[in-house]
Amino acid sequence: MIRLNLPLTDEVRISLNAGDQLLLTGYLYTGRDAAHKLMVESIQAKQPLPMPIQGESIYYTGPTPAKPGFVIGSCGPTSSYRMDVYSIPLMEKGLKVMIGKGPRSDEFIQSLIKNQAVYLVTTGGIGALLSKRVKKMEIIAFPHLQSEAIYRLFVEDFPVIVAYDSKGNVLFSK
Amino acid sequence: MRKIERKNLVDAIEKMIIDANMNLDLKMVIRLKLAMEKENSPVAKSILSEIIENQDIARDQSIPMCQDTGVAVFFVDIGNQIFLDFNLEDAINESVRNAYNNGYLRKSVVNHPLERKNTMDNTPAIIHIKQVISDNICVLMAAKGAGSENMSAMKMLTPSAGRQGIIDFVLKTVIDAGGRACPPIIIGLGIGGNFEKVTEIAKEAIFRDLDDQAINPIDRALEIDLLEQVNNLDIGPMGLKGNTTCIAVKVNSYPCHIASLPVAVNIQCHAARHKEIILRGELI
Ligand code: SF4
Repeated sequence: MIRLNLPLTDEVRISLNAGDQLLLTGYLYTGRDAAHKLMVESIQAKQPLPMPIQGESIYYTGPTPAKPGFVIGSCGPTSSYRMDVYSIPLMEKGLKVMIGKGPRSDEFIQSLIKNQAVYLVTTGGIGALLSKRVKKMEIIAFPHLQSEAIYRLFVEDFPVIVAYDSKGNVLFSK
Repeated sequence: MRKIERKNLVDAIEKMIIDANMNLDLKMVIRLKLAMEKENSPVAKSILSEIIENQDIARDQSIPMCQDTGVAVFFVDIGNQIFLDFNLEDAINESVRNAYNNGYLRKSVVNHPLERKNTMDNTPAIIHIKQVISDNICVLMAAKGAGSENMSAMKMLTPSAGRQGIIDFVLKTVIDAGGRACPPIIIGLGIGGNFEKVTEIAKEAIFRDLDDQAINPIDRALEIDLLEQVNNLDIGPMGLKGNTTCIAVKVNSYPCHIASLPVAVNIQCHAARHKEIILRGELI
């Protein structure tokens, strides 16, 4: 396990290898299908994004509502492949770290290599455990999307595995 | 005859939905622990250990084990000795509405596949009702997330495809699913019936008790062979390689047309949130 702070510096990010197990501390943005669609529509309309994404990290999750007294509800990753078409324009705008689950398309990998970004995975279905690693949560954009809105999370020792490194090495089977 | 009051049924089903989301079946926990012991890959071992720790946290703190609290799916067997003076589907949907609101569960249902407006209360549920000879109502419920459901598949094979055709289709479905279905998975395999029957029996298969074995020897042999072959695919927990891809295969079969061989594979992820309750009501 390698402990790292977010945002990852260029040097650290490029040195990561597929299969590395990391514990991340710092800020992440959440976003999934609907928020990605809206962000890419903003890019196409030449409008600003709701948050600066240069060098930033997006985590694909749509949490359950937090119980009273809890920071966040259950917050595991959702399948990343649905975000593939949206990730490419976001990487072009500077997004460097994406966290989700499962494999992604060849076009995604090509863009990842070109932009020296990394794709990390965390275990699906462990939203209760991951909720304990989230220390702060604030809404950033699209509140009408509820669990699918963009939130900014402060995480501590958030466990992830490098699935695709910036050289395009892939950890998945096959 | 026995009568079940609407409120009692609504409350009992609300409770079972919340319970299913927070308390993983202990038989599943034992199987995950055994699988962890047997894994050689350190990544696979650490994923299984996270899954085991996660369900402990969910149970202790009464929070959902997974954020995708799914679509609520029900199989209800209603006894011929039971009298209800209300609409059963409406009552179950009321339970769903209450559970997803009161239990802090995520609402994941949209009104129309293209319009896609959240219904805000996770209704409507998917409900299968069958009449049986008994003096009770048996309710089976699952919270079925999209990750594994989206990776499920059905195909109308021709009879000449035979047993090997079925095996090939299952393996292809599991390989295509890879890490997306959150392995280790449970496979519900339906064979026979027709276009809609086969998917229904595949779904029923994932509701079966983990210790349950198919009674028909042909189905049982498929369960054994498929479990071994799937676990030899080296997909592993979350698709990151290893020998724990599948925890159990359950096969349900049904008679079919002379010219048909329908096959359906329903995939259940490791967050296998299933519950069963039996309601008896009062003698009338
Ligand atoms: S596939 Fe299952 S465990 Fe994975 S995110 Fe979906 S509901 Fe949760």
